[in-house]
Amino acid sequence: MKLRNYIILLSIIIALILQIVPMPLTVDQFRPDWVLLVLSYWALALPTRVNVGVAFIVGLVLDILMGTSLGVHSFALCINIFILVSNYQRLRNYSLWQQSFIIGTLAALYHLVVFWLQHLQTDVSFLFNYLWPVLTTMLMWPWIFALLRKVRRQFRIT
Amino acid sequence: MNTMFTRGPSIVSRLALALVVSVVLIFVDHKYDGFASVKVYLNSLVSPLQYIASLPGQILSSSAEKFSTHKKLLEDNEHLTLQALSMSEKLQQFELLKAENDRLRTLLGSPISAPVQKMVTELMAVDNNPFSLQIIVDKGAINGVYEGQTVLDDKGIVGQIMEVGSTNSRVLLLADITHAIPLRNARNNVQLIANGSGQFNELILEHVAHSADIQVGDLLVSSGLGNIFPEGYPTATITSIVRDESRPFAQVTATPIAQLDRLRYLLLLWPDDAPTQPNLQQTDQSVN
Repeated sequence: MKLRNYIILLSIIIALILQIVPMPLTVDQFRPDWVLLVLSYWALALPTRVNVGVAFIVGLVLDILMGTSLGVHSFALCINIFILVSNYQRLRNYSLWQQSFIIGTLAALYHLVVFWLQHLQTDVSFLFNYLWPVLTTMLMWPWIFALLRKVRRQFRIT
Repeated sequence: MNTMFTRGPSIVSRLALALVVSVVLIFVDHKYDGFASVKVYLNSLVSPLQYIASLPGQILSSSAEKFSTHKKLLEDNEHLTLQALSMSEKLQQFELLKAENDRLRTLLGSPISAPVQKMVTELMAVDNNPFSLQIIVDKGAINGVYEGQTVLDDKGIVGQIMEVGSTNSRVLLLADITHAIPLRNARNNVQLIANGSGQFNELILEHVAHSADIQVGDLLVSSGLGNIFPEGYPTATITSIVRDESRPFAQVTATPIAQLDRLRYLLLLWPDDAPTQPNLQQTDQSVN
């Protein structure tokens, strides 16, 4: 058993845990989308290994953890990861702050898709508070990018 | 070294497949509740993640307990002793009243209400999904928890069990937008139904006639209709009534008595006709 074969899985599991760690209500609404961030990095760096299939399975796990109907988060994650994977060559050449704007836009899309799917099931109403994570996700992207790139180079994951 | 070309189906067809499967899953899960039995296993499968995620909070609260000062403990002790004293005084009255009530009921020929079995449970995690209000508690199928079971805190009804895992289960709170509970006004037995609003501190009472005899501050207790919640537990107090005659019904809101955003210890109830009985061997915290 080699650690480097499990690095991607491990990073995704850590992201899932960070996504569900209990927080006080005031901090909770600013929680970045850790799972989206980590999957986005791997989708840009290794699009042959992490793409729509992985996003689908991680989305299902997220659905079970969050108690939403099975398929809500997998739907939203699949769309996001598809956009990243189909444009990865262009996105890699952007500077870090340009990338973080794109990740922010995708995070907004992710939240809106999740909201729409929930809205179809129950009549939840939209609050702009639901979009705070877009901002924090955008701010977290450069750090996650640097961290995971270091990890990827350290363990020579291809 | 991987090739730069993916093997297997193209990315577009993968996306199409994933989206179609997602939509089918959402539809089957939501409309037909098709995964009720599978979800027990799925929940048990991911519960290690939930245990790990609740660790930091547990470490914080246990270290806070360790470092609490001698003075604070003495104060707590005094407070709790006083509380126990006043409770036991009330309990003496209660025993008397209960005996009297049972006697009157036998005179009237109506059934005596059976004692309810209880178990203490602790909050494990709060869902951060903003669209639904759910919490996870640390008792599951091995303790005899069943779907639809009533959950209380020390003040009133909190919600009902929604999904059961083997060692933990998910509670749907009263204030969730998909939840409704039959209530009656403790003052005059007017029957009402309280829907959740999606906010922790608000319930909405719908279809209340303008002429209904309700006032701000009235206590609402569970009515026992619907056979989910047992009768007579305090649930909410009415906070506002808008009697706008141009609308068909009065707009009434209430606030739950249980503080849904600061739960810690909860109580599970097993009424007499519960589908499962509590498994007392699995726990040392059960009370009777």
